[in-house]
Amino acid sequence: MAFSFDKKTTLTIGAIAVALVYIVQLFNLQILDEEYKINASNNAFRYDIRYPARGLILDRNGKILVGNETAYDIMITPLEVKNLDTADLCSVFNLDINEVRVKLKEYHRDRRRIGYQSLPFVKQVPGWQYALFLEKSYKFQGFTGVSRTIRNYPYNAGANLFGYISEVDTAFLRRNPDYRRGDYVGRTGIEQSYEHILKGKKGYNIFLRDVHNKVKASFANGEYDLEAIPGKSITSSIDAELQQYGEILMKNKVGSLVAIEPSTGDILTLVSSPGIDIEKLAHINKHFGEIAADPLKPMFNRAVMSPYPPGSVFKLVNALIGLEEGVLNHNTKYSCSGRYPVGRGVGCHPHPSPTDLTQSIYMSCNTYYCYVFRNIIDNPKYPNVAAGFNRWKELVESFGFGNKLNTDFPAEQGGTLPTTNTYDRIHGKNRWSSLSIISLAIGQGEIGTTPLHLANLAATIANRGYYHTPHIIKGSPDTLINADYSKKIYTKVKPEHFLEVIDGMYLAVNSQPGSGATARIAAVKGLDICGKTGTSQNPHGKDHSVFICFAPKDNPKIAVAAYIENAGFGATWAAPIASLLVERYLNQKVERKELEAYVIQGNLIRNVLK
Amino acid sequence: MKNHDYRKLDWPLIVCYLILTFVGWISIFSAVYDEDHAQIFDVTQRYGMQFIWIVTSFFIAFAVLFLVNPKLYSTLAWIIYGFSLLLLVAVIFLGIEVNGSRSWFEIGPVRFQPAEVAKIATTLALASLMSSYQFKIKSFKNITRILAIILLPMAIIIMQKETGSSLVFFAFIFMLYREGLSGWYIMFGILAVMIFLVTLSISPFAALIVIFSLLLVARGVIMRRVFLHILFLAVSLPAMIFSPRLGEIQFIAQKITLPDEAWLAMIIIPAFVYHIYSTIKHKFSGMWLTTLSFIGAVMLVFSVEFFFERVLQDHQRARIENLLGINVDLKGAGYNVHQSKIAIGSGGLTGKGFLKGTQTKYNFVPEQSTDFIFCTVGEEWGFMGSTALIFVFLFMIIRIVNLAEKQKDNFNRIFGYSLASILFMHFLINIGMTIGIMPVIGIPLPFVSYGGSSLWSFTLFLFIFIRIDLDRWK
Repeated sequence: MAFSFDKKTTLTIGAIAVALVYIVQLFNLQILDEEYKINASNNAFRYDIRYPARGLILDRNGKILVGNETAYDIMITPLEVKNLDTADLCSVFNLDINEVRVKLKEYHRDRRRIGYQSLPFVKQVPGWQYALFLEKSYKFQGFTGVSRTIRNYPYNAGANLFGYISEVDTAFLRRNPDYRRGDYVGRTGIEQSYEHILKGKKGYNIFLRDVHNKVKASFANGEYDLEAIPGKSITSSIDAELQQYGEILMKNKVGSLVAIEPSTGDILTLVSSPGIDIEKLAHINKHFGEIAADPLKPMFNRAVMSPYPPGSVFKLVNALIGLEEGVLNHNTKYSCSGRYPVGRGVGCHPHPSPTDLTQSIYMSCNTYYCYVFRNIIDNPKYPNVAAGFNRWKELVESFGFGNKLNTDFPAEQGGTLPTTNTYDRIHGKNRWSSLSIISLAIGQGEIGTTPLHLANLAATIANRGYYHTPHIIKGSPDTLINADYSKKIYTKVKPEHFLEVIDGMYLAVNSQPGSGATARIAAVKGLDICGKTGTSQNPHGKDHSVFICFAPKDNPKIAVAAYIENAGFGATWAAPIASLLVERYLNQKVERKELEAYVIQGNLIRNVLK
Repeated sequence: MKNHDYRKLDWPLIVCYLILTFVGWISIFSAVYDEDHAQIFDVTQRYGMQFIWIVTSFFIAFAVLFLVNPKLYSTLAWIIYGFSLLLLVAVIFLGIEVNGSRSWFEIGPVRFQPAEVAKIATTLALASLMSSYQFKIKSFKNITRILAIILLPMAIIIMQKETGSSLVFFAFIFMLYREGLSGWYIMFGILAVMIFLVTLSISPFAALIVIFSLLLVARGVIMRRVFLHILFLAVSLPAMIFSPRLGEIQFIAQKITLPDEAWLAMIIIPAFVYHIYSTIKHKFSGMWLTTLSFIGAVMLVFSVEFFFERVLQDHQRARIENLLGINVDLKGAGYNVHQSKIAIGSGGLTGKGFLKGTQTKYNFVPEQSTDFIFCTVGEEWGFMGSTALIFVFLFMIIRIVNLAEKQKDNFNRIFGYSLASILFMHFLINIGMTIGIMPVIGIPLPFVSYGGSSLWSFTLFLFIFIRIDLDRWK
């Protein structure tokens, strides 16, 4: 039957062809395609995360500024919840019974989607509450605790420096694929800038599970489990005691207080007031709304972000530039009749006249600096006003003004400096002269410096011409500090010119009564404080009180800038605050109790809020 | 059966049967394995039950080989067929509902699916009819009878909402082909499925191009002008394929946008009109067949959407969409297949080893001991094991076909071919769906999947054939 033979063969070939196609597909799935093998391991293993303890933040003397304490997330596995006494559970965790009922109802509704997954039920339960829960846990089937570390703060200080940590959100996860839901991450301050050191490495326990997420067994008796590696500690440059004292001084004032160790650039103290209350920091999510709504903006770190006109302390810079440019020397004298008489004029306060350079500094004569500034700008060395201005700007920038200092504050701002364009825009192209911008002579007008800039200026003068980039982290036991921080950054003004200015600053604090010195209130016996007051005019309200200083005069150990908003003359508030801080740091105690009481009790908030 | 005849039994088939049932048993053990019930004979678990099914099937096999007179099969064919139809109807009213279909009887601990037996009954009825004296398959009357015998149980099974089981009855087309049905029916079947798939997964536009190309080639073959037609195809194909990209044309200084189909029509309609004209003029035989096929195919393309959206149920539509990659939902309709592919893929070359499979062991693959049992084999025994299993099936099917050809009796041959066809259909659909080539159609892998009624009826089916095969030694 040749006829039927054909058909049989056809059918046989058909069957063989199908078998071959299937074998090819199997080859494809089992040998060629890796994707399915990877999927399989994700499928069958459940990785229970072990969270590492976050690294500590220590102060310069090894005291713990930011530590850890254990809290517990209470997890619920809805499918395993049986015979729950809701009221009892609520009493343990102090929860609202109605909210819990709503929550449980939601779990019940979504039970198919949730399966045997565990979900966080109550977050960050403190240890004592967890102990209470453990005692009764036989009653609460389906609830378990996972230990997490949360931050605690032994010193009541530094909240704005450390920043806070919070659980990652969706937007953050999209940008940072290394993180997983439920991780905590530093959001501001040190916690943010040193996240990579502090965070440590998560570990995991591997369990085999089935499709319902029901854990069946530990995989290979934990052979492949990974221990969590705790984050490394970092040492801050902050002096914990001094920081705390600074915050006490700044209480009820709006402004900043910054102290730097001139020889290293270490930031000893950095206060932005009002700041975040440190007790709220560990549970920032609970308090976030309240903090964000505060009209005084406690989250805003004024010390590194806010550009203020520096006022008279900027005369120091103009004096140095004048000396460098040769338009000014030790013996240059100008007389002052209470105002600078050219153009619209610039007012001055009563003081002996005429003044030489040193006197101009300790008496803070406005008129003197108007002359100096115009000589800098209109210097015949330069073809026109713009060129003179640009040279001035170049020298100003060499002090770090107008730019970020590249500190380790992620939020740091660079302040502002005008350019020739700024004035072309205001006055018209080439339609301005040194007289139009005369405000810059006394640190007013189109210039904005942060309190950190001013502290850095104090440190630069203390060092006689150079500074180290200010920084808040010294390093950690096994990581080096950023090498850039040990570099000396020189200004474009020669070191010898600084000596003239320092003399003036010394006399501003340490002159006899009746000499016209502006900062005598800052004097502390034996400390040789050198300082300069400033009263920054404020079109919106009372003037800002400014003071920068360093001490001792020879071999300085500390440089301070105090900037108090709406507080009047520099000598009224800023100088006492800064000098108390210096006294506390160098003498470890404060003798001037009356002044201290006056400062601590002073409440200037209402000046700001009015 | 006389005692000395056991040597003439077809031992290769019996060995295949033993291999498959054993593989099934240990795969079920592995799939359902649970450390609390580590005993493979534990009857509270599926592997323990399967052991019981296997042992009882051995009794069935023994009874079929040694106790039942094989003459009964042809004599009682119609009675058995009628009885099975009765069961099929009865189960709709008396059966229990499982996964939305009413196709199971439950008698104490035992569940039984009459659709399984209906395959054997239908086979017996067809064999009986077609082996009758001077039966001619090509007569219209006989074709009607054959269709009635096949379609009746199919229709009832569809009413039970067991669409999967009813599809298996299409397998008889292979047997009918052997018995003289024109191969064109299979070709048309395959073509229709192809057109259906192209229409859904690419576009009706693409399907029309495919049909047009086929028409041209067929016409070329019939008119013995293959080269000319292929040349025409080569010219018109790019024009048709790229026409949608032209989109707008400059037509008498006006920009008009033509729909894709308009371009196609501009080529196809004149060509088709010419084709009709030449058909009438030349009277080539086969011309009318191609013409009608063409019209039928075009109609199919335009009815696919109707069929897909209106006739199919939601889950069936979802499974097809998933297979074609139109609408892949890995958590929904695509879940089974995706998990199944992961399990098989993770097996690699040699597999993870007995009881080592993580995917099937931890229930990632649904129905892993029944319809998706092949996953366990793929995961634990790898490419080598799953290929070996495919070869066992292939060997078995080819062996049955070869034995069927040797039968002196038409009844026996038709029975053998039906058995091979149905085994092939199960093999095609079941393994095809686990590796993502076929849509998910819930039918078991013969001898391997868990389940008493499936194992019993395939055992019965196979051993009836092995028994009647002895007739050729008379």
